Amino acid sequence: MTKIDTSSPEQVLPTPSHTVGPFYGYALPFRGGEDIAPAGHPDTVTVHGYVYDGAGDPLPDALLELWGPDTEGRTPTADGSMRRDPATGGFLGRNGVEFTGFGRIQTDADGHWYARTLRPGARGRSAPYVSVCVFARGLLVHLYTRLYLPGDAAALAADPLLSRVPAVRRDTLVAADEGHGTYRFDIRLQGEGETVFLEFQ
Amino acid sequence: MDLTLTQHDIDAEIAAGHAAYEQRVAGGAPVEHHPRRDYAPYRSSVLRHPGQPPVAIDVTKDPELVELASPAFGERDITGVDNDLTRQHAGEPVGERITVSGRLLDRTGRPVRGQLVEIWQANSAGRYAHQREQHDAPLDPNFTGVGRTLSDDDGFYRFTTVQPGPYPWRNHINAWRPAHIHFSVFGSAFTQRLVTQMYFPNDPLFPYDPILQSVTDDAARQRLVATYDHSLSVPEFSLGYHWDIVLDGPDATWIEEGR
Ligand SMILES: [Fe+3]
Repeated sequence: MTKIDTSSPEQVLPTPSHTVGPFYGYALPFRGGEDIAPAGHPDTVTVHGYVYDGAGDPLPDALLELWGPDTEGRTPTADGSMRRDPATGGFLGRNGVEFTGFGRIQTDADGHWYARTLRPGARGRSAPYVSVCVFARGLLVHLYTRLYLPGDAAALAADPLLSRVPAVRRDTLVAADEGHGTYRFDIRLQGEGETVFLEFQ
Repeated sequence: MDLTLTQHDIDAEIAAGHAAYEQRVAGGAPVEHHPRRDYAPYRSSVLRHPGQPPVAIDVTKDPELVELASPAFGERDITGVDNDLTRQHAGEPVGERITVSGRLLDRTGRPVRGQLVEIWQANSAGRYAHQREQHDAPLDPNFTGVGRTLSDDDGFYRFTTVQPGPYPWRNHINAWRPAHIHFSVFGSAFTQRLVTQMYFPNDPLFPYDPILQSVTDDAARQRLVATYDHSLSVPEFSLGYHWDIVLDGPDATWIEEGR
């Protein structure tokens, strides 16, 4: 029964999640998926890292989605992340000026990923962060986490999420400053140093 | 591939998973609409699921969370033939043409408008146009198997494609995936993001497939199977399937309604 009865809201049950599988690579990634910041923007940061499984092996087939605010903490409303070329049907990439806040990156053969995006501004009571969603073969339901940028210790200490996470696990949510606007953020799906994943209710 | 694992072994694990779920529900545990990430019959899950429980975030305490908004997609992000997978090459793909349509809804039954729906699938012989694909069924030069569209004002999406074939995979000896179309969907909040698979009615492979059976709740599993809909069939052209998609997860309306 997949015509959903919408006459009584309590009956509207969700469609179950499934794994993204191994063969999304020719379908979901798009040109410029990792170049989220408008070209040449002075507040661009590079974020990168590896995705590891429970044996410590990097995943060559993980897909990450990044979603974050602009430098003032505003939620982007522009479309055009995967702008298309009406002549060829291929991907044009972004228009170089507008900030959509959204990126999609497949890990490479080494399990490494990177993205260039705008340094996020703070929203509400939270310290600045970029939302990260992880998909992979073997992962039946995607995983949410957050990439917080280091630097403002007071803001991080006051963050409603970070202040609830045990100290030993908190660092999995905060990227490491490598200098020159580059930040390292590894994701460990399981085991020692396991990344803190989130559930929204 | 585990060369020693048989379908019989996997069947026993699937049955044990169902029995354990039914026991939990009988004991008062909530219905599970989604798979558990730790589902051993699907061997790839073993090293790729967290061992720690997720940290819960109550979105009603902070309406400013960026996860309560969603990326925007628009007409610039799609081209005219993106939702017709039979027209993306010079020639016609081989296979039975099908029309797949339905509505994108939230948990209150309201349409999700103007959001991106992406699909990918094997061709009619069960082969993906992917470099790492090892199944030796023929590629179809007239079929890539990728589609995109935006949901309309009533939440409807629509694709024209060909019926995908079932295909073998290396979970265990003689493992076959039932025919399916992969879907990737955005909601009105990033928390509603969904990647899933749509199946076709009455497929004899359903009981053998650990990915479908990872959804241990019988009613939830049924929601992954499209319905044949004669009114969607196009005369002299295609057979119609209806499949509504309901996005889980809180959005901004949860806060307004105090849920
Ligand atoms: Fe598949």
